[in-house]
Amino acid sequence: MSAVPSPSAADRAPECSAFLREVMDATPGDSRLNMCIQCGTCGGSCPAGPEMDHTPRRLFAMIRSGLRDAVLRSNTPWYCVSCYFCTVRCPQQIHITDVMYTLKGMAIGAQLYRDNSPPDFSQTFVDYVEHYGRSFELGLATRFSLRHHPLSLASMAPMGLGMLRRGRMELVPHRIEGMAQLTRILDRAKALEATP
Amino acid sequence: MKMLFYPGCSMQRTARPYLDSLMAIRETIGLELEEVADWNCCGATEYMSVHRVPALALVGRNLAIASRQAEGTDTLTAGCSACYLNLAKTDQQMREDPRLAAKVNDALHAGGLSYAAGSLKVRHLLDVVCNDVGYEAVQAKVVRPLHGLRLAPYYGCQVVRPDPDSRWDDREHPTAMDRLLRALGADVVDYPLKTQCCGGHMTVIGPDVAYGLIRRLVHGAATAGADAIVTLCPMCQLNLDAYQIEMNKHYGTSYAIPVLYFTQLMGLAFGKAPAELGIGKEFVPAAPALSRISDRPPAAEAAKKKRRPRAADGLPMPRMG
Repeated sequence: MSAVPSPSAADRAPECSAFLREVMDATPGDSRLNMCIQCGTCGGSCPAGPEMDHTPRRLFAMIRSGLRDAVLRSNTPWYCVSCYFCTVRCPQQIHITDVMYTLKGMAIGAQLYRDNSPPDFSQTFVDYVEHYGRSFELGLATRFSLRHHPLSLASMAPMGLGMLRRGRMELVPHRIEGMAQLTRILDRAKALEATP
Repeated sequence: MKMLFYPGCSMQRTARPYLDSLMAIRETIGLELEEVADWNCCGATEYMSVHRVPALALVGRNLAIASRQAEGTDTLTAGCSACYLNLAKTDQQMREDPRLAAKVNDALHAGGLSYAAGSLKVRHLLDVVCNDVGYEAVQAKVVRPLHGLRLAPYYGCQVVRPDPDSRWDDREHPTAMDRLLRALGADVVDYPLKTQCCGGHMTVIGPDVAYGLIRRLVHGAATAGADAIVTLCPMCQLNLDAYQIEMNKHYGTSYAIPVLYFTQLMGLAFGKAPAELGIGKEFVPAAPALSRISDRPPAAEAAKKKRRPRAADGLPMPRMG
């Protein structure tokens, strides 16, 4: 596919809401979000589309209109499964999946979400990585379920035991040797993220 | 063929059969894999949702260690879709955005590390097997062809999309694994859902959405007449295998399609024992499907199946004569 040319920063400035610029600045590389032509290919390609509050197309129109609060409260980014169908089909080559990651991060930063379970799942995953350097399925699944779906624990128990019996799950997490080094790297990265 | 290898958390635990089967076949296909020393989690699809620069620095530590270790190879391979994509995308974003690369390196310096973007070639294991080892070399090692076994090749999302380094023939209908399985002697069924989503993390945070996606994939494979689904990703295997049971409970269905890794099927065709390949650790047992493997190629049967198209086939069309 040939690249569609990007307008210069000056060209796009007048039509950009401050919020659109904020989203684009927070996304790595050039997300091309300002190039959306509202064709709807993204929503039509999305496996989780029917469950979303807004299709990606609608969400992008809301971003352009500066509806910051409504966008960050939408469940749409949290229902994104990172399948990249929209990204490879978008005729304007917008990095849609990357934009969804950006919106999740902004929603966590602003504490704006209706259902706190998806962000809490991400945060629980991050906590294990920051403690051990590796993910830990048993801890992640039980900690998350206890907090959000305690009743589902009983029904999920057979699967957990099945995983243990098949040697597909461990009871204790593995800590990497370079944990102190990883912590220094992540701390520095967090400080850098806070600066423009 | 030497290369660096990033196993990732899933291959160590939930996808242990994937790792075991890879270790069992690596010598047969001439792969020398050197594990990245003291690697850390890639962040899956979760870390990036919470922090952006730290997510890249997290992956950057693995890239930095791997590039320091690299001797006689510049290829870094991973078997997990999410691990592969996080490694490949971090390298790509550092290549394309020098300001971001400088930030990632600033963070890495705090741990005495650095990574020069583009110095490693990040490749998925399937890519290495199909394009570096090659179909002919794989076929030459087959001692027990998988004749009569009908397989649905399932690629999932993140290996073929977004495909930052343009490694595949198609992002929605790739054929590499189809060819690989045919080289093993198996019968590859037409599986149009081959790159549709398995539900990813929705099995945990929104099971109803995930069950719908899992049913579509399992039903599609059953309709195509597949004995088993073949995957290349730990998450896909877990969702289609362990959650197939939950999905059946949810819809009152009784699908029983086993889900195996392509490395396990390679091992079987190379004459390895099922136990050595981690076969038997799946939730939907693969044994009944694997008992269909026959000693003779199903050539006579296939020829009999062919018939002339009938008027009722396909859309109503005007016919000549």
